[in-house]
Amino acid sequence: MILFDPFFWEVFISGLLAGVMYALVALGFVLIFKASGIFNFAQGVLALFAALTLVGFQTGQVPFAHLLEAVFGLHVTHWGDGMPTVLALLLSLFVMIGLAWLIVKIVLRPLVNQEGIILFMATIGLAFVLEGVGDLMWGANVKRLDVGLPEGPSDFLLDHTGMFIEKLEISAAVVAMILVASLMLFSQYTKMGRALRAVADDHQAALSVGISLETIWWVVWSISGLVALVAGVMWGAKSGVQFSLSLIALKALPVLMLGGFTSIPGAIIGGLMIGVGEKMFEFYIGPMIGGATENWFAYMLALLFLLFRPQGLFGEKIIERV
Amino acid sequence: MIYREAGDFKTTYKADQETFPIRLDKVGFWLSVLIVVFVIPLFLNDYWEKAVFLPFFIYAIAAIGLNILTGYCGQVSLGTGGFMAVGAYSSYKLMTSFPNLDMFVVIICSGIVTAFVGILFGIPSLRIKGFYLAVATLASQFFLVWLFNKWEWTYNYSATGQITAPERDFLGVVVTGAYSAPWATYLFCFGFLFIFGWMARNLVRGHIGRSWMAIRDMDIAAEIIGVNPLKAKLSAFAISSFYIGVAGALYFSVWLGAAEPTEAFSIDKSFDVLFMIIIGGLGSMTGSIIGAAFIVLLPVVFKTVLVGLLGWPTDIAEFTQIILIGSLIIFFLIKEPHGIAALWRTLKQKLRLWPFPY
Amino acid sequence: MTIATQDAFTTDDGRLIGPTLLEVKGITLKFGGVTAIENISFDIREGEVRAIIGPNGAGKSSMLNVINGFYHPQEGEVWFKNELRAPMKPYQIAYQGIARTFQNIALFKGMSTLDNIMTGRFTHMSSGILAQALWKGSAEREEFVNREKVERIIDFLEIQQIRKTEVGRLPYGLQKRVELGRALAAEPKLLLLDEPMAGMNVEEKEDMSRFILDVNEEFGTTVALIEHDMGVVMDIADRVVVMDYGKKIGDGTPVEIRKNQVVIDAYLGISHD
Repeated sequence: MILFDPFFWEVFISGLLAGVMYALVALGFVLIFKASGIFNFAQGVLALFAALTLVGFQTGQVPFAHLLEAVFGLHVTHWGDGMPTVLALLLSLFVMIGLAWLIVKIVLRPLVNQEGIILFMATIGLAFVLEGVGDLMWGANVKRLDVGLPEGPSDFLLDHTGMFIEKLEISAAVVAMILVASLMLFSQYTKMGRALRAVADDHQAALSVGISLETIWWVVWSISGLVALVAGVMWGAKSGVQFSLSLIALKALPVLMLGGFTSIPGAIIGGLMIGVGEKMFEFYIGPMIGGATENWFAYMLALLFLLFRPQGLFGEKIIERV
Repeated sequence: MIYREAGDFKTTYKADQETFPIRLDKVGFWLSVLIVVFVIPLFLNDYWEKAVFLPFFIYAIAAIGLNILTGYCGQVSLGTGGFMAVGAYSSYKLMTSFPNLDMFVVIICSGIVTAFVGILFGIPSLRIKGFYLAVATLASQFFLVWLFNKWEWTYNYSATGQITAPERDFLGVVVTGAYSAPWATYLFCFGFLFIFGWMARNLVRGHIGRSWMAIRDMDIAAEIIGVNPLKAKLSAFAISSFYIGVAGALYFSVWLGAAEPTEAFSIDKSFDVLFMIIIGGLGSMTGSIIGAAFIVLLPVVFKTVLVGLLGWPTDIAEFTQIILIGSLIIFFLIKEPHGIAALWRTLKQKLRLWPFPY
Repeated sequence: MTIATQDAFTTDDGRLIGPTLLEVKGITLKFGGVTAIENISFDIREGEVRAIIGPNGAGKSSMLNVINGFYHPQEGEVWFKNELRAPMKPYQIAYQGIARTFQNIALFKGMSTLDNIMTGRFTHMSSGILAQALWKGSAEREEFVNREKVERIIDFLEIQQIRKTEVGRLPYGLQKRVELGRALAAEPKLLLLDEPMAGMNVEEKEDMSRFILDVNEEFGTTVALIEHDMGVVMDIADRVVVMDYGKKIGDGTPVEIRKNQVVIDAYLGISHD
């Protein structure tokens, strides 16, 4: 019986864990969308940029080294041996917060009254800019990311259940859960959290009670930056820091379509559903049709889902008024 | 004063409807066409043909197609790469299955096949709108690329998975394969651009074009005036896909000569064409062409200037290019959402009155 | 109260009012738990100007939406030209000859005035895709025939100077006029106007009233309009339907309605059964 097949559980749990990673990236989207109605296509690139910056600090890289060499002939690639991971993480976080500020000032403010689709395309532009800047600053070669997380298969699980599950993925799941829990606590119980919820509900009303839109956006994009940093670290530790990291953003899209763009629990459940669905489909049906179905399965699933429920599982119903 | 318009009043609707109401514009346009058709081919070499003109013409056709769907009808699509693949593979199957078929027919038929695929993938647009639709089109993009990788029939069971264009001709002149003359491929592609560009212009100024724009601006009001949303959206998908399919077919058979789906028709292509119409101008035929020229020429300019002149390494040139394109997108969206085409129109307005401010 | 088809008659000022054009019978419309319209019946006769009035939230716009086919009532029937309307989509109803304007202006903001009004001719244009792509010949001819009609409407509404302006840039009053033009372009049998005078000053209201009356007199178009300005209603309406809280509380000529105590109470906010 399939439920007793350890392979089934291995695939299932592996799917769940992958799903957690997706959910993490999707979370960043949901936060920004809730607070500013913007669908941030650049979320994946933010994760990539954050990871690149982290590695850069960790290994003592000089930013823009390659460019400086080309233009001025300077041959400096490293300023030393790097810095301890904790410090690197903190500095990276500061960079992300500063980046959030720049984004709000340069991109968001001028576009404040535009329709969603224009903002969406602006974030596509932003994604390209960030990708280019990230590559220019830190180089485009694949980098290894090590933040001291446990690696290798979980011996405990392997010995007791015969399942091969990466410790890294378990850590990622734990971190993600802590992050989500803190975010929910933050949004429910702190003053800033309340302000964020107010802005998400109604921009005008929030403005009229004295909440500064720009500050809120900065906070939201910074939190997204934090989520991006965590996502970048998790994905980077798993598969190395490289361009394909930004493509994860594309994967988060079906997650959002399933879970609805405005729901945090939706992002989680959507992520898990996609993660499990993908792995299951590829494992059981993939071999019959040539494999590599993970490239498109998530999208097809989301598409079919949308046809029956255009607003996703938890999203708000779109009511058309004349 | 450079741009004279005094006494240039229209007395018939026909005159008012013309594509180039201002005499100077009209003369300028036809002069350019004459130069393109008769002068440039005389000086054309392989490099200019392959690196500049063919991609320009081909992407212009694709941009017109995408603009019809996204700029005029408001349906955002990120599936352009996948649809170009449909056009390309259709042309391959037609060329290899019917060796005596004239290339013109091959290309048109490829476009028609793509139109049908476009209708299929356009059906979700009846329920799904906005970002959701954009994401749904990603499904078509990834699925189609996967399909052409896995479905061996499409590449005639070749071991490499690659498709290569056999030598075929148009009215006796070879336009595909290694022995095609630059001027032949050049004129062939330009011919498609000219004819289908003209037809696209006609479509958008008639009641079908208006029904598309009505759907884009307010689909509920469009219904109230009698527009059947199903018909309007699917016609936009169909015609848009036709153009993109034609572009894809030309892209593979005339320009590249060989292709492999993951690289040639990836999501990067979809973004490229989208950027062309954003920068060029959404909802503008001229914009599609300007945008295509821009995106095609930029890397060439960058390479010549940064790498050739300044001696920068190619990867830095690439990164700078990406940054520039991204920044331009943001810039245009902020300053002039209607792209270069609108800037051009404003410039012409100013030129009409120059040197007087009013 | 259903009125069977009656003979036509001529009004004091020489207009011909014909038999019943549209009739709604027993319409009930609910949204979830809220009843927007409750068992309303009334008719609109050919050639007349019928006003629908009532306090805010009475369900007037919803009533128009039902006539338009945008909302489907849970109960009741809509009869048009003596035929029961089968379930139809709004765009099919447009082909029947019903056009309307909206409270919040539903113009196509990205198009010019001319193009917007041309869209109103949609139901009269039928050339196929290929014909349009080739343009010369039938498509071009059709375009010009319709362009002429649209130009006449533009003259009628005196908006020649904004012909090529993008409607998104026009002031509110002009936008309302363009929207009226678009509705007129359809050459409708029945014109539904949802608060056409909203937000206008006295002069603009006079202009708009004149246009509506001209349309009714010259083209014989039947007009149903939702209006809040009682002065306008008294002046231009032949008959009035009064709604309150989704129910019909009055139906008759303006003079009769003005004396109706129930109506007066409703407007003064005095609760009634």
